[in-house]
Amino acid sequence: MATHTAAARPIRKKRLIGGDELAKAFTLFFAVLILVVTGTLVYQLWITSSPAKEKFGFGFLASTLWNPVTDEYGALPFIYGTVLTAFLALVISVPLGVGAAIYLSELALPKVSNALTFLVELLAAVPSVIFGLLAIFTLVPAMRDYVQPALQKVFGFSPLFGGPIFGVGYLTAGIILAVMTFPFIISVSREALMAVPREQREAALALGATKWESTWQIVVPFARLGILGSVFLGLARALGETMAVTMVIGNDPAIHASLLSPGYTIAAVIANEFAEASGKMYPSALVELGLVLFALTMLINGLAQLMIVLTTKKGAAKG
Amino acid sequence: MKNTLIAGAAALAALFTGAASAQSITGAGATFPAPIYQKWFADYHAAHSGVQINYQAIGSGGGIKQLTDGTVDFGASDKPMSDTEVAAVKVKPLHFPTVLGGVVLTYNVPGVETGLQLSGDVVAGIFMGTIKKWNDPKIKADNKKANLPDKDIVVVRRSDSSGTSFVFTDYLSQVSPEWKSKVGAATAVQWPTGLGQKGSDGVAGMVKQTPNSIGYVELLFAAQNKMTFADLKNASGKYVKATFESVTAAAAASKGLDKDFRGSIVNAPGAKSYPLSTYTWLLIPSQIADAGKKKAITEFLKWMLTDGQKQAEGLSYAPLPAAVAKQVQAQIALIK
Repeated sequence: MATHTAAARPIRKKRLIGGDELAKAFTLFFAVLILVVTGTLVYQLWITSSPAKEKFGFGFLASTLWNPVTDEYGALPFIYGTVLTAFLALVISVPLGVGAAIYLSELALPKVSNALTFLVELLAAVPSVIFGLLAIFTLVPAMRDYVQPALQKVFGFSPLFGGPIFGVGYLTAGIILAVMTFPFIISVSREALMAVPREQREAALALGATKWESTWQIVVPFARLGILGSVFLGLARALGETMAVTMVIGNDPAIHASLLSPGYTIAAVIANEFAEASGKMYPSALVELGLVLFALTMLINGLAQLMIVLTTKKGAAKG
Repeated sequence: MKNTLIAGAAALAALFTGAASAQSITGAGATFPAPIYQKWFADYHAAHSGVQINYQAIGSGGGIKQLTDGTVDFGASDKPMSDTEVAAVKVKPLHFPTVLGGVVLTYNVPGVETGLQLSGDVVAGIFMGTIKKWNDPKIKADNKKANLPDKDIVVVRRSDSSGTSFVFTDYLSQVSPEWKSKVGAATAVQWPTGLGQKGSDGVAGMVKQTPNSIGYVELLFAAQNKMTFADLKNASGKYVKATFESVTAAAAASKGLDKDFRGSIVNAPGAKSYPLSTYTWLLIPSQIADAGKKKAITEFLKWMLTDGQKQAEGLSYAPLPAAVAKQVQAQIALIK
């Protein structure tokens, strides 16, 4: 035994110096780099936003003022717009995306499935400004001339669909975000569904389940972690999306009850105003908004992780 | 392989020595005068190959910011710097007016193809959100013959901070006490109503495709894109169309600029004056340590205020009134 380890040691050492050690050092370096970048990001956001933090304190999060003339700023309309548009996007894109993924992985002929999947992946690679242009030239006029008047006719009694019609606004932004998030949801959900072992389906079918029963009661629950993951990926994109949203949300820093009203998101206001923000407090307030967005994303991702942990436990207990 | 390498190295060397012998100057700021600035700098470079001026059109606010940070040799702005802004710069900047421009209200109202007339009061009401419909009696009073629809007014304004917004809000502050106390004048304000769009092209695009909308853009931009815009009532009670003549008339009739050449010419008196007119400025540090740069900048300014002015009309800008151009030339001597 002793002689064996003595003989093995020099060989191992040599090999480590030659390749593994080097590879380890390299990859460690890259891994640490991620930490450094994230750390620098937070540090910079924190330092640059300190004048605004000192002046407004936590009131920044609750204030609806955004007045560069008097140098008074608040984040609430932007937080509201960011969360609301992301929520609307998911309400639309989750059923569509998961439904499409089920069709592609379970029901479609392989040829059709492959062709459609290719198109979906192409859609995911389209730059967001292109979606913004698409929205301006097709979605906005359609919303203004047909969809919003129809919604108002049917649901006009509710403040959610009241007010004048502009074409742009929360709902339009939510729809374009849905279009942008569902390629991710389809693509990742489909992978998750495809990864479900064949035996699961066969067992269900052998027990007399129909194709749909096997899909809905066996395959989808089996793949739910992957599907949830795809939803959170979509959510992350919806929260941080800048260009397409700023083109169709109307850029109005106020909170309106109506989904048809113009609003603003955090990413959009930073993109619009940062380049020309002068003075000390104005850029600092915009950076603090960036910090808020960062925190918001962390919070939502944390909740997502928690939800995954909880549902997995429940699943395990049931199984 | 070796030969191409040597050739490449030689080309690189030539590039560097060329750059070193030329005087390179960097500026940044307002987008509205950018087309004529680019033309001036290119023409000046063609005539004086030793001087190369790079200009980045990043907006008036950005120009002031970069000048304050000292990252550029000069700034440019559609809004004169305030005393606090001037005090924040290490070396006191001098204001050099370059050309004149106007801001127009462009609209898209089905049934009213041309000839809309607006008074300052009504414009302030529309942008305050107190005048909500096109057939409001106040708008009707100015447009008795027009067939104004019973529709909500869609207000479109800039979402980014902009010299154009400054000129517009400065005007509204002068004609409406309510606007002055509630909103004020700045490159970015808390707009009481309306859809925000980025850049003049954003505002123009939104107005073009949204029925019953109104927005403001630079005169030059509206003229180039053949957009319809409203006649504005001036301080003498006359409705005036925005043209390069009416903008120049406003400059000539206004009480003029202060001794630092700062000041606003909105709502100028005179029957022919267009009320939404403005100067635009180059912001030059009053002390330039580098002798070569100082020489290049002062000579360019001399050229700009004489020969350069002749190009203005060709590019649809209004040149400085001759008297002003002459006074500004005297300021060049203050650059130490």
